[in-house]
Amino acid sequence: MPAVDGWFTIDDEPHLIGTRCGDTGSIFFPPERNSSRAPGHLDATLTDVPLSTRGRLWSYTNAGYQPPAPFVPQSDPYIPFCIAAVELEAEQIVILGQCPAGVTVDDLKVGMAMELVIDTLDRTEDSELLMWKWQPLGWSAP
Amino acid sequence: MSAPDPIAILGVGMHPWGKWGKNFVTYGVAAIRAALADAGIDHTDVQFIAGADTVRNGYPGYVAGATFAQAMGWTGVPVTSTYGACASGTMAIEAARQRILAGLCDVALVVGADTTPKGFLAPNAGTRGDDPDWLRFRLLGATNPTYFALAARRRMDLYGATQDDFAAIKVKNARHGLENPNARYRKEYTAEEVMASPVVADPLRLLHICATSDGGAAMILTSMDWARSHGHVDPVTIRGVSTVTPTFPNTIIEMPNFASDSSAGVAPPARTFKASITHAAYEQSGIGPGEVDLAEVYDLSAALELDWYEDIGLCAEGEAEGLLRSGATAIGGRVPVNPSGGLACFGEAVPAQAIAQVCELTWQLRGEAGGRQVEGAQVGVTANQGLFGHGSSVLVAK
Repeated sequence: MPAVDGWFTIDDEPHLIGTRCGDTGSIFFPPERNSSRAPGHLDATLTDVPLSTRGRLWSYTNAGYQPPAPFVPQSDPYIPFCIAAVELEAEQIVILGQCPAGVTVDDLKVGMAMELVIDTLDRTEDSELLMWKWQPLGWSAP
Repeated sequence: MSAPDPIAILGVGMHPWGKWGKNFVTYGVAAIRAALADAGIDHTDVQFIAGADTVRNGYPGYVAGATFAQAMGWTGVPVTSTYGACASGTMAIEAARQRILAGLCDVALVVGADTTPKGFLAPNAGTRGDDPDWLRFRLLGATNPTYFALAARRRMDLYGATQDDFAAIKVKNARHGLENPNARYRKEYTAEEVMASPVVADPLRLLHICATSDGGAAMILTSMDWARSHGHVDPVTIRGVSTVTPTFPNTIIEMPNFASDSSAGVAPPARTFKASITHAAYEQSGIGPGEVDLAEVYDLSAALELDWYEDIGLCAEGEAEGLLRSGATAIGGRVPVNPSGGLACFGEAVPAQAIAQVCELTWQLRGEAGGRQVEGAQVGVTANQGLFGHGSSVLVAK
C-alpha cells in the first residue's frame, strides 16, 4: 500500500497526484485540497491532475548517516541512499524523492533525465509500504 | 514610508555556547544578567520582555517570555513569546522594537536560550501524518543537512563552487572563532582536515555542517531618548528589522517541504526568498549593502555562507566564490563575514542564534571585539532563515 494516501498512484502507470488552481494554472504538490495557494485566488477550484513522470535532475545528495526516527532503516548495518530533486518541465515544480537502493551519487549529474518509479519504502512481516522514487532514465539495479 | 526611528542597543550578553547539560533557563538568565550589567540597569527597570521560544524543552520553552520574567522575579510587566524557528530571535527583537517605537515602553529585554539534543534535529514525537516536518523524515529520510546539501550541489553546478571553497569557509570561520570566548569550538582547522571528515550529505562533510548547541543570548533595547537621558550619547542602534516571508511562487525547495512552489501559473518574484530577507532591512533603513562593513550570516553549512554573500548584496549572483577566494570576507578584508566564528564555531542554539548575531555586531561597532575586531566598523547586518518560511535580518549602525 502507498506510504501516504492521495499523493501518488501505484497502478500500471504510476504517477504523482497534484492539484491545479482553476484560475492561474498553478500546480500544487503535495496535492493542496483546502484552497489555492496562488495569492488572491482563495476561491479558485482545485482539480486533481496527474504529474509528469519524467523530469530533469535539479540537485541531489545522499544520506551518509542514518536519519533519525520516524525514518525506518531497511538494513543493519545502515546503507546510505540518495535523494533527488527533480524538476518537471510542464508543471515548473521541483519535487523530492529517494532514489532506489543501488543508485549512488556517482550515477547522478545535475540536468540528467530522471523517471518516477514505485519502490519499497519499508517492509515488515505482514506489510509493505510503497513510495515514489526517482531514478536515472532507464536505470536498472546493478 | 520614511525610515523608522533608530532604537538603542544598550546592553548585550551571552552564555557561552557548548553542551553544558543544564536547563535552558540557566543559560538565558546568565545572558540576561550579562546584558543588564552591560547596560548598567537593574531588571526592575525593564518594562517589556520578549522571549524567543524553544520547542525542545517542554512548556516553559513555549512561553519563554513568561519563563524568564518569572525566573528573574515577577515585576508585572507585559511579555511576549515568539517562535519562527531559527528566526525566533529576530521576531523577539522586532516585538520589543515595535513596543518602543509605539511609545508603549522605553526599556525592553530580549532573550533566547536553548538546550539541544545531540545529533540530527528530529521532528516532534508521535505519529503525525499531516505534518510535513514529520513526513519528510518518515517518507524521504530527509534531514536538515539534506536540504543544505541540495543547495550546495546546485551551487557547484551553477557557479563552479568546489568542496575546497566550502572547506575554506570553515577554515576562515574557525580562525575567527579562536578569538571569541563565547564560541563552543575554538580550534583551528586546515582544509585537509575538513576534507578528511566523513560525508554527511554529499557534497557536504561533517566539518562543513554546524552542530547543535546549548547557549543563551540577551539584549537590552531602549528608546533613543531614554538612552541619551541616561548618559548614552552615541549607542549602537538598530535601523532596520526584517521578518519577511516568501512570495509565491517560491521556486527554491525550503525545509521541510517536499517540493518547490510551481511557477506554471504565476511568474516568480524578482528576488528569491533569501535575497528578499536582507533587502527588506536595507529598504526599511535606507542603508544599502555598499555601506555594510561586516555581516553575521547563517552558515548552517559552509556552502550556505556563499549563498548569503549574494543574497545580502555583497556581490552579484555567481560571484561569491570569487569574493571568498579574494579574502574580502575574512577579518582584515573588505567586508568580513562571521567575525564571531559563525555557526561553524558556535553550533546552533535555535532561539538564541539570531540574538547572538546582533550581540556580535554590537561588540564590533563599539570596538569591543578584542582579537576578532573589524577595524572601523560602522554598519553591520545579520541574515538568517527559519524553516517554514521565516526571514530574519537586522541592520545595525553606530
